[in-house]
Amino acid sequence: MDVLLGLLVNILEEGLIYGIMALGVYVTYKILDFPDLSVDGTFPLGACVTAALITIGMNPWIACLCAFAAGAAAGCVTGFLNVKLKISDLLSGILVMTGLYSVNLFITGGKATVQFYNKPTIFSSGLGGILPEPLRPYKVILIALLVAAVGKLLLDLYLRTKSGLLLRSAGDNPQYVVSLGRNPGRMKIIGLAIGNGFTALSGCILSQQAETANIASGTGMVVMALASVIIGTSLFRRVKWIRSTLAVIFGSILYKTCLVAAMQLHLPTNALKLVMAVIFAIALVANNMASGRRKKQNVNPTQI
Amino acid sequence: MSTQLKSESCQNGSLISIQNVSKTFNPGSVNEVVLFQNFNLDVPKGQFVSVVGSNGSGKTTLLNLLCGSVPADSGAIFIKGQEISALKEFQRARFIGRVFQDPSKGTCPELSILENMALAENKGKPFGLSMGVNRRRTDFYRSQLEMLHLGLEDKINLPVGSLSGGQRQALALLISTMTPIDLLILDEHTAALDPKSSETVMELTDTFIREKQLTAVMVTHNLKFAIRYGNRLLMMHRGECVIDAADEQKASMDTDDLLNKFNEISLEVGN
Ligand SMILES: Nc1ncnc2c1ncn2[C@@H]1O[C@H](COP(=O)(O)OP(=O)(O)O)[C@@H](O)[C@H]1O
Ligand SMILES: [Mg+2]
Repeated sequence: MDVLLGLLVNILEEGLIYGIMALGVYVTYKILDFPDLSVDGTFPLGACVTAALITIGMNPWIACLCAFAAGAAAGCVTGFLNVKLKISDLLSGILVMTGLYSVNLFITGGKATVQFYNKPTIFSSGLGGILPEPLRPYKVILIALLVAAVGKLLLDLYLRTKSGLLLRSAGDNPQYVVSLGRNPGRMKIIGLAIGNGFTALSGCILSQQAETANIASGTGMVVMALASVIIGTSLFRRVKWIRSTLAVIFGSILYKTCLVAAMQLHLPTNALKLVMAVIFAIALVANNMASGRRKKQNVNPTQI
Repeated sequence: MSTQLKSESCQNGSLISIQNVSKTFNPGSVNEVVLFQNFNLDVPKGQFVSVVGSNGSGKTTLLNLLCGSVPADSGAIFIKGQEISALKEFQRARFIGRVFQDPSKGTCPELSILENMALAENKGKPFGLSMGVNRRRTDFYRSQLEMLHLGLEDKINLPVGSLSGGQRQALALLISTMTPIDLLILDEHTAALDPKSSETVMELTDTFIREKQLTAVMVTHNLKFAIRYGNRLLMMHRGECVIDAADEQKASMDTDDLLNKFNEISLEVGN
C-alpha cells in the first residue's frame, strides 16, 4: 500500500512539474504547429539559471520568473532564426538546443551538476514552509499544482486577449494575420517565447524539488512534452469542459503513469529513455489512426 | 490610427496607378516566364473593375503585385499617389482588403465567428493584452451578419471552420470590409463555390462595394459576372490588357463579345 502511495505521489509530482512544460509545448506545437526542439536546451537552462540564482541567495519565486524570462529569450532566438533568417523550424530548434548546452555550462561555471542543498526553495521556504504537518509529504504536489494552475489560467487568459487571438490565427492561417495588417512572423516569435518560457519554468521547478540542476536533464524533454500534449489533447478532445490547456497537464500525468508502470516491470533504469520513446511512438500512431477516421467523416467544404 | 492611406497629390488623381511594371518569374532558367513588360493601369477612385482572361494570363499575379505578395522587378505602383513598393504585404493589408479563391484563407477556421469579427474590427489598432472580444459589440456584429442573410447571426459562437464554403466566403467578404479600406481585391472569390452560393456571394459583393463606395478589382472566371457587375472590364492575355472597356462601352458588351475575343486569341496562339 505504501509503495503504491509512494508511486502515486511520485507520478503526481513529476506529472505536474512536467505538465508546466507541456503547457509551453502546447503553444508551440498545437497552436503554432512548430515542432520546437529547442525545448531540450531550455529545460536545463531553466534549471541552471535557478541553481545559479538560488546559490547567490535570490528569492526562489523570483528565480522562477528569471528562469521563465531566460527560456523566453532562448525561444526568441529560435523564432528569430526561423522567421528572420529563414532557417527551417527543426534546424532552428537544433541550433538553439546545441548552443544552449554551452550557455548552460557557462552558467554553472563548467560543472555538469550544481547542488544547492539547504538553500531556500519554493518547497522549503515561504508557502512551502508554513504547510501544516499532515500535508508536508504532499508539499511538492501542492506547490507544483499551484504553479501549474496559475500558469494554465494565465495562458488561458492570454489566449483570449487580442494578442492571443492573433497568435491562434498565426498558427491556423498566417494569411489571415497578414490580412489584418500584422506580421505573422512576429506572432510566431511571441509563441516560441511563451513556449520556451514555460519549459524553462518547468526545469526551474524540477531543479528546486531536487535541489540540483543537471546539465543533462534536457535529454528527452521534446519527446516527453510532445507525448503529453498529444496524449492529452487526443484523449480529452470530446470532453467539453476540459480545455486543451488542462488536457495537456492531464496528458503529462498520464504519460508519467505509463512510464512508472513500465518501469515497474523491472526494466533496467537505463531503458528509461527507450521506454519514453516507445510510449510516444504508440501515442503518435494511435493519434494518427483516430484522426484518420475523423477526416473521412468531414463534409466537402465547398458545399453550402 | 486610421487604416486608410493619406491622400497625396498625384499627377492624375487615380486611386491605383501601375506604371511600367515588369515581372519575370524564374529569370534565366528553363522555367522562365516573362509575364509583364512595362505594364500600365490606372483605376480611378470608386471604380469596380472586373478582370477576365485565360489561365496563366497574369490575373492573380497582377493582384499579387498590388498586394505585395510578389515584388515587381521594375516600375512603380501608386495607391492614392503614394508609392507602395517599399511596403510589405502585411503593411499594405492595412488599406487593402482581399478575399481569396480559397474560402479557408479569409478567416481563421479555429476561432469563432465572433472572435474573427472582433479581430477584424481591430485592424489598424494595436493587438495588445486587452480582451479580444468585447461582448458589448455583439449586437453590432449580429447586425452586420444579418446583412448577409445567411443566418450566421445565430451562430456567432461556432468556429468558422464548421461553416460551409459559401458562408465562409460571405463572412470573409464582410470581414475584409469591416474597417475603412482604400481598395478591395477579389481573386476568383466565387470559383470554389457551388452555383447558388456563388450567386449569393456575388450579389453581396456588389451590394457591399456600392454601399461602402469601394474601389474594387475583381478577377473572375465567370463571364456573366464580369458583364453584369462592375463599371469597367479588362481582359488579360499574356500580361497585357486586350480589352479595356469602361462605363457605357462596358454596358453595351455581352458574353458573346468576350467569347469571340477569347476565340480570336486562341486562334492567334494556335490552339
Ligand atoms: N510564384 C510564381 N513562380 C513562378 N511562376 C509563377 C508564379 N506565379 C505565377 N507564375 C506564372 O505566371 C503566369 C501567370 O500566372 P497567374 O498570374 O497565376 O495567372 P492567372 O491567375 O491569370 O491564371 C503563369 O504562367 C504562372 O506559371
Ligand atoms: Mg489565378
